[in-house]
Amino acid sequence: MEDNVVLKMQGICMTFPGVKALEDVDFTLKKGEIRALMGENGAGKSTLIKCLTGVNKFEAGEIYLDGCDAPVINKSTMDAQNKGISTVYQEVNLCPNLSVAENLFIGREPLTRMGTVNRREMNQRAVQLMKQLDLEIDVTQNLEDYSLALQQMIAIARAVDMESKVLILDEPTSSLDDKEVAKLFGMMRRLRDKGVGIIFVTHFLEQVYAVCDGITVLRNGTLVGEYQIEELPRVKLVAAMMGKDFDDLAAIKQEGSGDKQKEELVIEAKGLSHAGTIKPFNLDIHKGEVIGLTGLLGSGRSELARAIYGADRAQTGTLKVKGNEVKIKNPIDAMKLGMGMLPDDRKAEGIIGDLSVRENIILAIQAKQGILKKIPMAKQCEIADKFIELLQIKCASRETLIRQLSGGNQQKVILARWLATNPDFLILDEPTRGIDIGTKTEIQKLVLKLANEGTSLIFISSEIEEMLRTCNRMAVLRDGTKVGEIEGHEMNQMNVMKVIAGGEQNE
Amino acid sequence: MNRKKINGNNLLLLITIALFVLMYAAGCIVYGSKGFANLQSFLNILINNAGLICVTCGMTCVMLTGGIDISVGSLIAMDCMFLAVGMETWKMGSQVLMFLVLVIGVVFGLVQGFCIAYLDIQPFIVTMAGMFFARGMTAMICTQQVSIVSDKFFTGLSSMKFSLPFGGYVNKKGILQMPYVRITVIVAIIVVVLIFLMLKYTRFGRSLYAVGGNQQSAALMGLNVKKTKLKAYVLSSFLTSIGGICFCLNTMAGTTTQATGLEMDAISSAVIGGTLLTGGVGNVVGSLFGVLINGTISTLVKTNGKLISSWSNIVTAILLCFFIVLQSVFAKVKEKK
Amino acid sequence: MSSIRSLTKKRLFLPIFSMLLVMLINVIYDVACGNPPLGFFVITIKNAVLYGRLIDVLNRGSEIAILAIGMTLVVSSSAGTDISVGSVMSLYAGVCCMTLAGFGEVNVSQYANPLLLGIGAGLLVTCICGLFNGFLVAYMNIQPMVATLILWSAGRAIGLLLCNSQIVYVRVPSFQKLGAYTGFMPTPIIVAAICIAIAAVILRFTALGTYIQSVGINKKASRIAGFNSAKIILLCYVICGLCAGLAGMVATSRIYSADTNNIGLNMELDAILAVALGGNSLGGGKFNLAGSIIGAYTIQAITTTLYSMGVSSAQAPVFKAVVVIIIVVIQAEPVKEYFKKVSSKRAAVKEATKA
Repeated sequence: MEDNVVLKMQGICMTFPGVKALEDVDFTLKKGEIRALMGENGAGKSTLIKCLTGVNKFEAGEIYLDGCDAPVINKSTMDAQNKGISTVYQEVNLCPNLSVAENLFIGREPLTRMGTVNRREMNQRAVQLMKQLDLEIDVTQNLEDYSLALQQMIAIARAVDMESKVLILDEPTSSLDDKEVAKLFGMMRRLRDKGVGIIFVTHFLEQVYAVCDGITVLRNGTLVGEYQIEELPRVKLVAAMMGKDFDDLAAIKQEGSGDKQKEELVIEAKGLSHAGTIKPFNLDIHKGEVIGLTGLLGSGRSELARAIYGADRAQTGTLKVKGNEVKIKNPIDAMKLGMGMLPDDRKAEGIIGDLSVRENIILAIQAKQGILKKIPMAKQCEIADKFIELLQIKCASRETLIRQLSGGNQQKVILARWLATNPDFLILDEPTRGIDIGTKTEIQKLVLKLANEGTSLIFISSEIEEMLRTCNRMAVLRDGTKVGEIEGHEMNQMNVMKVIAGGEQNE
Repeated sequence: MNRKKINGNNLLLLITIALFVLMYAAGCIVYGSKGFANLQSFLNILINNAGLICVTCGMTCVMLTGGIDISVGSLIAMDCMFLAVGMETWKMGSQVLMFLVLVIGVVFGLVQGFCIAYLDIQPFIVTMAGMFFARGMTAMICTQQVSIVSDKFFTGLSSMKFSLPFGGYVNKKGILQMPYVRITVIVAIIVVVLIFLMLKYTRFGRSLYAVGGNQQSAALMGLNVKKTKLKAYVLSSFLTSIGGICFCLNTMAGTTTQATGLEMDAISSAVIGGTLLTGGVGNVVGSLFGVLINGTISTLVKTNGKLISSWSNIVTAILLCFFIVLQSVFAKVKEKK
Repeated sequence: MSSIRSLTKKRLFLPIFSMLLVMLINVIYDVACGNPPLGFFVITIKNAVLYGRLIDVLNRGSEIAILAIGMTLVVSSSAGTDISVGSVMSLYAGVCCMTLAGFGEVNVSQYANPLLLGIGAGLLVTCICGLFNGFLVAYMNIQPMVATLILWSAGRAIGLLLCNSQIVYVRVPSFQKLGAYTGFMPTPIIVAAICIAIAAVILRFTALGTYIQSVGINKKASRIAGFNSAKIILLCYVICGLCAGLAGMVATSRIYSADTNNIGLNMELDAILAVALGGNSLGGGKFNLAGSIIGAYTIQAITTTLYSMGVSSAQAPVFKAVVVIIIVVIQAEPVKEYFKKVSSKRAAVKEATKA
């Protein structure tokens, strides 16, 4: 292995049932380097990390680690840890009910001659370790008494003390404020100076440019490139992450999009917000209009939609639907006003896995009708068959369990669920994620068709082309704030990326 | 160090201790004339609940991992019946029988723990099956009440008195009486101290907390979660068997209905003592106070004389409900933070 | 071979299979004892009422069947069990008999209050118990078994309190009727049949079933799709409380007294067992009421069989506990995975030998 390289992954391939998650991905990390691993949702970042730490088994490729002659295959996270690869996750993986010192040493506590835990020595060593990292905390206090940032740093301290060569930080900053992030970065730099190689996974662009030396970009399970930080200004990074490959879909761009601004207002949101996820925003949506919400993952694009729909109850602001002020406490309130939402996490919030396609389709109409008015079986079958035919859902029969369908077909079933309610306003959060290109086109066409029929839509996607094709107007979000709207002629890839990237344009 | 904050969990323990002091003081004032204020009546609470203290220590360990063990009451009945029938019908030595009871406890715990830890079955279901199994087994051994009278060693142990060197009082006949405890109390105190030290100073004790705090994290930090859980259930059944022997020394008999609802007392004692049902928080000192509160309630009901004994069940259930809701509220507040 | 495998995957396979197994054991036992081999199935008319072991199973199984209805819904919606049902039955007995006899009375042959008032008061109290359990589970987020533990202990104690710690006898024929015979048919069978019919009608003509299953399978997704998950769970617990009350009604009338110490004792185990035996996962989600009810009668058949073999009622729990453990072990994920691994290995070996 070359000098100074601590970790080298070559030609990693990995498939999940039906999906190629990683295809021939390379990754190199030098000693004393902080390398950002970037990519949109589903790009394969976490899969790559999991292959490295032994959570997932990869099918092809090799991993070389400094100090090991042969290629390494880790069987478990413990195995990886023993070889010097430590991971700190987005959620703090420590025990909140134990003291700081115990969290640092659990599983390897210093013992007395009697075989009991030597608390005094443990605490002393913990204090030393904290000093090394310039943290001043009382190590005998319970972990839960400290802020998330400190907890995160304690987790890192634990990883560092295990004498790791490679430290993986998997989105450690998503719950930290600016000051805490600065502290964390200070610590990362100190570790870099000690020669530790750090892989930093994040979706905050500013942070990448603040602390990293190099960037590796993945998209759709393939490697886009490995860059030095100077080579890749922000806009280019966004372009690399989002991809520019136009496909045959360009043809479907709407012609008679016209000016929807003259149509009546369907939704008027003023100052809506939800603590911790989305800062107060205003948004107007007209009849038959498709609004795109864009921004990087975690920018608040889903959260904005959820606040309108009542999936997360809005804490401030007012919402008017068709001119009348309304209060939405629960999704059912929104549904009664003619709304619908296809959530981004299909598995957790979309499908009811053990129910059949038919039952999944009629769920929303049934909820609107109430518990006492059961939709007669014949009617249920009729509705289900209609939508299976209309959306070309591929399933053995309408009684097939939805969890047995492919991702794209599951998504179509959820779409059918909402279409069956004849919504005036429909939120589609990442409707095309993780589904094949053909289905994507179908869904995009459907969006346009619905808009032409007078339905207003919010369309959220990580792919800008897709949104350019379908949306009349785009709202851009960054760090939980709505930073701008783009419409008409200004709607092109370059402009959108500029607004997303924000900051000074270093081109 | 001494500026340690009072967090929700400490607060629960403080509430418990305050509640006990308040309850006992109130008892002393109201029923002082009936001898409630005597040191001996306090010691009697310990004597009557020595078995329960052992059981609650085991229960606390299991609950620390986030589990529960409702088989304890029936297991005690089985132990008592085994001891009684063993001594009276099979004419076996009480030492051998006591050893066998402990072995039975370990095996019982191993089976339950295996189902829970390695087969991933809900603890409640497994231990409920264990509860009915042990209760039925008691009847399998013998369906009648069996009193222990013949074994000299066992009766000797049972009637042993350990007088305290202080706190004596003169009774109606003018004789100075020293307050005393039974051997069961000494056993119970030893168990409490040992478990307290174990929880605080051994790797196993700390891993119990870690598993209850966050099972996934504990596994990621390299602890063997399954083994820890298995050991917790074995410990619980083992301590229950010790508790069973104490119980038997108190009652000197085996019946099929012995110790019904004891699991409830043990769980409520642990919960009242500040052990979280979700796991990760609690210690045996709190549990000891929990038992004392339970004991005080039933002593108060008994001392009153007019109240039906089921009142003590009802009051305990109300307390349990109060503490469960309190825990849930604390958890919600913590989440919001 | 493949046809057998597809048969085992049918929804009602487990309950019907176990029912048949119990019947088979009865036949074998009868043959071994020199009785007529089909003694279990013989129904005769003695003293102008139906008589026979099968009738006995149907009669005695009424309480479990009624409980199983409520328990099935609770398990499905909240992935936990309501262990307070036995105590709540006993509480019903306390409330009902106290209302009918008057507080402090021990043995009456005349109502102090109308019969319907007694039954109504009892059922109302059990519904409130369900409400209490449901509130703790749905709105306070307490694990179902822990939440119901409170009434498991307190229910019986309150019942005892209402009866002044005594067994209250209500020796009025119209009260005994519910536990005795209507014409030649044991009334409990009729009561159970009516309860089952009502449950079936409700599930058939309202969307309750869809609501419950949907909430039980995926709470979050159900909320997005417009269901109020907490309310549904609360409703299930109230129904379970009502069922416990109805079961208590039958049990109380059967012995025309409020024997609070023994009514509904260990019934929670039987009810949970019925649900599990009915092929329902104790992890919640999809449910099959018919399975639970067949399961309930199977449990009673097991009990009756055990009694006829000379096992005492105190000993019977041993066998039931073993059955519970076998069922949950079969359902356990690690065990299922192990069998999958073994069968796939076997298939691999087969393919290898073919090639």
